[in-house]
Amino acid sequence: MRRKLAAALLCLLAGLALAWALVDRPEPVVDLPRQAAAALPSSGVDHAVTAVLLDWRSFDTLLEVMVLLVAVLVALALREAQPDSPDRMGLENPLLRGVMSWLLPLMLLVAGYLLWAGAHRPGGAFQAGAVLAAAGVLLRLAGVSLSGFERPWLLRTGLVLGGAVFLTAGTFALFAGRPFLAWPESAAGALILLVEIALTVSIGLALLSLFRLTPPYPDDPGVRKAEAEGDR
Amino acid sequence: MSVAAIYPWVGILLCTLGLFGFVVHRHLLRRLLAFNILGSGSFLVLVGLAQDGREADPVPQALVLTGIVVAVASTALALVLFRRWYRVSGQASLPEDV
Repeated sequence: MRRKLAAALLCLLAGLALAWALVDRPEPVVDLPRQAAAALPSSGVDHAVTAVLLDWRSFDTLLEVMVLLVAVLVALALREAQPDSPDRMGLENPLLRGVMSWLLPLMLLVAGYLLWAGAHRPGGAFQAGAVLAAAGVLLRLAGVSLSGFERPWLLRTGLVLGGAVFLTAGTFALFAGRPFLAWPESAAGALILLVEIALTVSIGLALLSLFRLTPPYPDDPGVRKAEAEGDR
Repeated sequence: MSVAAIYPWVGILLCTLGLFGFVVHRHLLRRLLAFNILGSGSFLVLVGLAQDGREADPVPQALVLTGIVVAVASTALALVLFRRWYRVSGQASLPEDV
């Protein structure tokens, strides 16, 4: 009780400090929105957020993909040696299977649209990848086996595709005498689209792998209960 | 005070709540949730400040989008490690915390 009180007091102080920082904040010296709007025509895309992500601050996005890759690598290294049968994840729900045959084309369409729309309105590689991963998770829950996952080389190629294309495109800028990851102005739009397509595949696969690499353990109480119900 | 100005304040509230949950709870899953609330609060502060008064600033929005992806990755990483720890030790909290 005393510990909780001390913690509450500490957090209240921290909150007050944050609030003070918010009230007493300095005026921004640089007018970033205006600078962004001024530089937008030379970026290759029409949407400022996409331009920030994949042109002006593409180093952040490159590292972000690497962080996702590291998370998947750790999950791959820590997974249990166990047969990974889709029926263990399946919910034995005929409704889900039926709905998936309607939902899957729609989700693929939405993912493609989000990827394409990123050039001129909100959208982009991460949103499209998340929709792809959600489709994969639903398929998995419906008990559908995704056979591509049985081939490790295919999975690994897909996982590193985004980072590899990004790095390759960024390095080619070096050969043209430009800084690393600085796209040539004439080909910026095409390069960004290429990188985004590769990123979508990798991000979708990474998110799906993170879900897929952590199946319920055989001795988890939830699985035991499900199995007992299956026996009845 | 405009309507947009409420977002940073809510973000600060979430940060404080998340910090409190992170300090008080010992269960690793609760700590992970609290940590995510703390992170969401900071995202809200960033995005809220970016559209305060002026037109929306794309740079903080893009930074927050990157931050969300990193938060997703780190949450998944923490869950994987937590499951493994639970599997090995049978405990839901770390020994030095108890």
